[in-house]
Amino acid sequence: MIDPLFLAEAAINGLLLGGVLALLALGLNLIFGVIDIVWIAYVDLVMICMYAVYFIVQVYGYPIWLGGLASVALGALLGIGVHLLIISPILTSAPVNQLLATGGLLFFLQSFATFLWTTDHRSVRLDLPRLEILDMPISVARLIAFVLAVLVMLGLYLFLTRTYIGTAIRAVSQDREAMSLMGANPQRVYLVTSAVGGAMAGIAAALLIIQYAVHPFFGAAFGPITFMICVLGGLGNMVGAFVASFVMSEVIAISGVIWSTEMGYVIAFVVFIVMIFARPGGLLARRS
Amino acid sequence: MLELRSVTAGYGAFTALWDVSLRVSAGEAVAVVGPNGAGKTTLMRVISGLIAPRAGELVFEGASIGGRPAYEIVGRGIAHVPEGRRIFPALTVADNLKMGAFLPAARKRYAGSLERVFALFPVLAERQKQRAGSLSGGEQQMLAVGRALMSGPKLILLDEPSMGLAPVMVLRLFDLIRRVRAEGYTILVVEQNVRQVLKLVDRAYLLEVGRIKMEGRADELAEQDFVRKAYVGL
Repeated sequence: MIDPLFLAEAAINGLLLGGVLALLALGLNLIFGVIDIVWIAYVDLVMICMYAVYFIVQVYGYPIWLGGLASVALGALLGIGVHLLIISPILTSAPVNQLLATGGLLFFLQSFATFLWTTDHRSVRLDLPRLEILDMPISVARLIAFVLAVLVMLGLYLFLTRTYIGTAIRAVSQDREAMSLMGANPQRVYLVTSAVGGAMAGIAAALLIIQYAVHPFFGAAFGPITFMICVLGGLGNMVGAFVASFVMSEVIAISGVIWSTEMGYVIAFVVFIVMIFARPGGLLARRS
Repeated sequence: MLELRSVTAGYGAFTALWDVSLRVSAGEAVAVVGPNGAGKTTLMRVISGLIAPRAGELVFEGASIGGRPAYEIVGRGIAHVPEGRRIFPALTVADNLKMGAFLPAARKRYAGSLERVFALFPVLAERQKQRAGSLSGGEQQMLAVGRALMSGPKLILLDEPSMGLAPVMVLRLFDLIRRVRAEGYTILVVEQNVRQVLKLVDRAYLLEVGRIKMEGRADELAEQDFVRKAYVGL
C-alpha cells in the first residue's frame, strides 16, 4: 500500500504541472481553433524561447522577470513570423501540406538548436526558498509557475470575452466568412491570433525553464502530451483543453508515484486512446 | 445608390451569373426572385465582396466596388445578411451584435445602434445573455438582421430571410422587414417566397439560370401570367 501522503504529494505536483500544460494546450488550441492549422512545431517554439531565457538570465545575469518579458516578446514575434512565412502562403492548400510544413519547421528548429547550442541540457537556477506543507516538500518554482499560468489564462479569458478583437477571434473560429462581412480582415485576425499564441508559448517557456532543463529535443518531450491534451479536450475547444490538461497531468503524476514515471506516460496514453474511442469529439463535446 | 452593369461571376469553372445589370435607388426596396440555382445568392455574394466579379462593373454611391474585399465593402455602407443567417452560435446575442459593430466607425455609434436594434427586435434585448445558437430560427433571423444594422449600413442585402421558418414566423418576419424599411434603410432582398416579397418591395427582378429575365414594378410583376403560374401558385 502506498503512503497516502505520497499520493497527496503526487496530486499536488500533478495540479501544478497541469497549469503549465494547460497554458501550452490553450496556446496551440487557440491557433488551431481560429486558423484551422495545427502548429506541429509549437512546443519547439517554446524550446527556442527557453534558450532565450537561459541566455538572458543564466549566461548574461539579468533578472528572471526581464528574461520572462523578453521571452513573451520573442514568442509573439516568432508567432507572427511563423504565420507570415510558413502558414500564410499555404492557408488554402491541402491539410497534409500544412502538416508537412509545420512539421518541417519542427525539424528545422531542432537541428538549428543542436547546431548552435549542442545537445547539452541547460537550466536556469533560481534561489528560491524551500516550502513544506504537512511534511510534503512543495517546489516553489512549480508553485510560481502554476500561479502565473493561471493568471495568464485568466487574462486570456478576459481578452477573448471582453475585447472587440478577442471576441472577433472567437467569432472567426465559428464562421470565418460571416466575420469578414462584419468588417474584420481575416488575415489581420489570424496575425493577432498567431501573435497571442506565440506570446503564450513565450510565457510557457519562462515558466518551464525554472523547472526543467532545456535541450534541442525539449519539444519531443512536451509536444506529444500537448497534442494529446488538445485532442482529448476537443480540438479548438478551450474549456475542454483546460480540463483535459489537469486530467492528463494528474494521471501522469499519480500513476508515476504508484508505478514509475515512464509508466505514468504509458497510462496517460492508454487513457487517451480509450477516451478517443469513448468520446471522439473530446471530453466536453456536445452530443448532436 | 447601387448599380450593377453587365456583371458576370461564378465559382471556378462554373459561371452562375451572366451579364446581370441591376439598379437600386436610395430608399427603395427591391427584390430578386427566381427558382433554386438561378444565381440569387451568387448575386448577393458578388455585391458584398465575398466573391469577385469576372466581368462587369459594380458601383455603389459613385465608387467602383467590384473586386474589393468584403471587409472593406461593409465599411462603405453595405450590410449583407447571408443565406442561412450565419450568426455566431457560441457567442451570446449581445456579442453577436457587438461584432456587427466591429468597424471603428460603427463602434463609436454602438450604444445608439443597440438601442435602435432593441427597439425593432425587443426579443433580442430579452435574450442578450443567451448563446445565439439557442435561439429559435425566427429569433436567429432577427439577430442576423439586427447584427447587420449594427454596422450602420445604407443598403441591406437580405438573402432568403424566410428560409427554414415556420409559416407564421415568415409573416411576422416580413412585417419586421417592413418596419426596418420604414426606418429609412434601402433594401435588396432575395426570396423564394415570391408572393410575400412582392407585397413588400417596390420593384423586382426575375433571375433565371443566371440571367435577368424580367424586371418591373412589384405589383405589375405579380400580375404577369407566367410569374403567377411558376412562383405564386395561383
